[in-house]
Amino acid sequence: MTPPPPSPRRANPLRDPQDRRLPRIAGPCGLVLFGVTGDLSRKKVMPAIYDLANRGLLPPGFSLVGFARRDWADQDFAQIVHDSVKEHARTEFREEVWKQLAEGFRFVPGDFDDDAAFDQLRRTIHELDEVRGTDGNHAFYLAIPPGFFGTVAKQLKEHGLTDTDGDSWRRVVIEKPFGHDLASARELNAELDGVFPPETIFRIDHYLGKETVQNILATRFANNMFEPLWNSNYVDHVQITMAEDVGIGGRAGYYDGIGAARDVIQNHLLQLMALVAMEEPTSFEPEALRLEKQKLLASVTLPRRLDLTTARGQYLAGWSGGEKVRGFLEEEGIRRTSTTETYAAVTLHVENRRWAGVPFYLRTGKRLGRRVTEVAVVFKRAPHQPFSETAVEELTHNVLVIRVQPDEGMTLRFGSKVPGTAMEIRDVNMDFAYGGSFTESSPEAYERLILDVLLGDPPLFPRHEEVELSWQILDPVLEHWERKGKPEPYASGTWGPASADAMLARDGRTWRRP
Amino acid sequence: MTMVELLDTTSSAIAAEFVRSRTRAGSPAMGMVMTLVIVVDEDDAESAMTAARQASAEHPARVLGVILGDGRGAPVVNAQVGTGSGWTGETALIRLRGEVTKHPESVVLPLLLPDSPVAVWWPTDAPADPARDPLGALAQRRITDSANVSRKKSTALRSQCAAYTRGNTDLAWTRLTPWRALLASALDQHPVKVSGATVAAERHNPSADLLAAWLEDRLRVDVTRTTTEGPGVTEVVLETKDGPIRIARPDGVLATYSSPSHPDRPIALRRREVSELLAEELRRLDEDDVYAATARRLAKPRRRR
Repeated sequence: MTPPPPSPRRANPLRDPQDRRLPRIAGPCGLVLFGVTGDLSRKKVMPAIYDLANRGLLPPGFSLVGFARRDWADQDFAQIVHDSVKEHARTEFREEVWKQLAEGFRFVPGDFDDDAAFDQLRRTIHELDEVRGTDGNHAFYLAIPPGFFGTVAKQLKEHGLTDTDGDSWRRVVIEKPFGHDLASARELNAELDGVFPPETIFRIDHYLGKETVQNILATRFANNMFEPLWNSNYVDHVQITMAEDVGIGGRAGYYDGIGAARDVIQNHLLQLMALVAMEEPTSFEPEALRLEKQKLLASVTLPRRLDLTTARGQYLAGWSGGEKVRGFLEEEGIRRTSTTETYAAVTLHVENRRWAGVPFYLRTGKRLGRRVTEVAVVFKRAPHQPFSETAVEELTHNVLVIRVQPDEGMTLRFGSKVPGTAMEIRDVNMDFAYGGSFTESSPEAYERLILDVLLGDPPLFPRHEEVELSWQILDPVLEHWERKGKPEPYASGTWGPASADAMLARDGRTWRRP
Repeated sequence: MTMVELLDTTSSAIAAEFVRSRTRAGSPAMGMVMTLVIVVDEDDAESAMTAARQASAEHPARVLGVILGDGRGAPVVNAQVGTGSGWTGETALIRLRGEVTKHPESVVLPLLLPDSPVAVWWPTDAPADPARDPLGALAQRRITDSANVSRKKSTALRSQCAAYTRGNTDLAWTRLTPWRALLASALDQHPVKVSGATVAAERHNPSADLLAAWLEDRLRVDVTRTTTEGPGVTEVVLETKDGPIRIARPDGVLATYSSPSHPDRPIALRRREVSELLAEELRRLDEDDVYAATARRLAKPRRRR
């Protein structure tokens, strides 16, 4: 999946494709982090950088520049990173690893429209190239609200921060949301596109960095026993679920007006669906993968009657996991009249030979029964049962479940004889606990993704074509919801509104309780 | 951990206990991926089992500790069998006495997981030819540790290299991975020809010998081996026309990385625990071609300078 590092001048005699013990260490480089004080930076990005260093995957001289509107010196920034690492890093804190990193911390105070600050940023980067040997290679990580992407991109360009010479590179990393509909996604892309070439824009969908998500590809394409079943001949339907037990927490400002469909379905669930349903790529080169995902997304269609095939809801006050919780409309910062959905379910069809007639049901929500993300491939019943009707009464559909989180792994659900003299068949589960297996070496998604950014390895990052296709799928649903009705309330701690159950019941199906 | 003592037992009783203890624990899903056999003496058994437990977090395995006791007297097989608490798989510590110590494979063979690969690890002293050892012959992966032998310290590595067979590996080689990774990435960044190299390490250090052999093999240059106080490997220098690339680690923890036309930079290069080495070793069970080539070079009589 990872090609050997480019060596334009001379093959490296110490590298051997057979030598698979050797990890790829990023070349000399640095990261500039915008939005240092946010949760994303402190809980994910900074700890991931430390963990990468601890695993020996960052180059000597790796540097981290913080940029924020704070009156800080370099040491204050180092202290912030130190605290975040101590609290959130996955791996053990080691003094020597900290020493390796600590000399490379810089802080640039300023606003996003402050020319002087961006000049200072340019000088800082030059200084790092001199004293830390980062060789002009820098990634800009925009952990800031998307409204500022354009401003920052423009500033970077105007102050010569995007100019490269020779072999050096500049890359930009952004996080979702990538717009709130097709038009805004295009606008956002246009703002970045003018500044950074497409192959240097890395859109992080941290779901795609998860080992279990990548394992979908391994399960499907490295094995022979699943692929023959992976089509409309055997598959009845597919359910993709991402449920959270928490409410919106402190994200009211972001969440109100965005809602579950934009927040989760547009990116995570459609990407998951693409990986589950796409055809086999010709290779695992980024371009080949992207092509297949894009093809799949392009063949996704919506049913005609959106009122019958979609559902949305808002959680009410109630009890969730033994805790008394507030309803969505009582959350701080949410308008009492908000029609933002906290639960969304859609039915999608894939118009190709493999999947014609197999609905994909995607659902996501907050304050649901438990926190779980999974893909359930539900198979058709056997066309004929030699057993009596009573014998197979408790036998439902065979299911293959890819558990993405937590408790990563795979479950196979099939019928088995109940011990005893009578022939009675009941559903049993066969579990493979992926999480229990390779946990120790299984890195956090952010580690993997940040390393891929520094290595310039883009297979796990959606390109803007995919983002736009996803909006194309979702936009009609959002418009329909906008026009008609409002979200149906559901009790916190349950599996969503009644309309979602009715939506499947119409097709003669039920949601799996994950 | 629930440990069940089985005295004067057999392989089938041990296997039955595995099944019973799994059922008792509510049949937890166990994705055991291999069987790890540890051949060890009584004194080192505990630390070896601890290291295996830590490694088992990454590689859920059935771990069979085999302690070969006194070979005289009536044959006796005693075992402690358990699952859970800190282990991701199943474990049995099997003590053999009497004549059965000559036939340990008869005890281990029925206990191997179906189809899954088998690794054998000798934490201290290993057979002269691991592949021909009755237990070693059961395994796809035979792990020795030349740096940890109690006898013949100075020749242990060379004799293991001479006995190299597909599937053999030595933790002295595993210890080098971070060094090798750093050196390889140094040449990614400075794609220039290396004209000579030096490896400095404490006196008896099999890893340093392997590192020198690897560099000779890959770079086709003479490598000078110098002796320092340690710990372990303390410095590697690659000579190039632009100047030396140097990684110096005097304290076994933090190294300084120097390269032509770049400032010196610190880099963490800690000596790793045995459990981490074992985990790395178990990650791949196919032949390590690079180690094979390095071992072959080291086993050859030294070239004249």
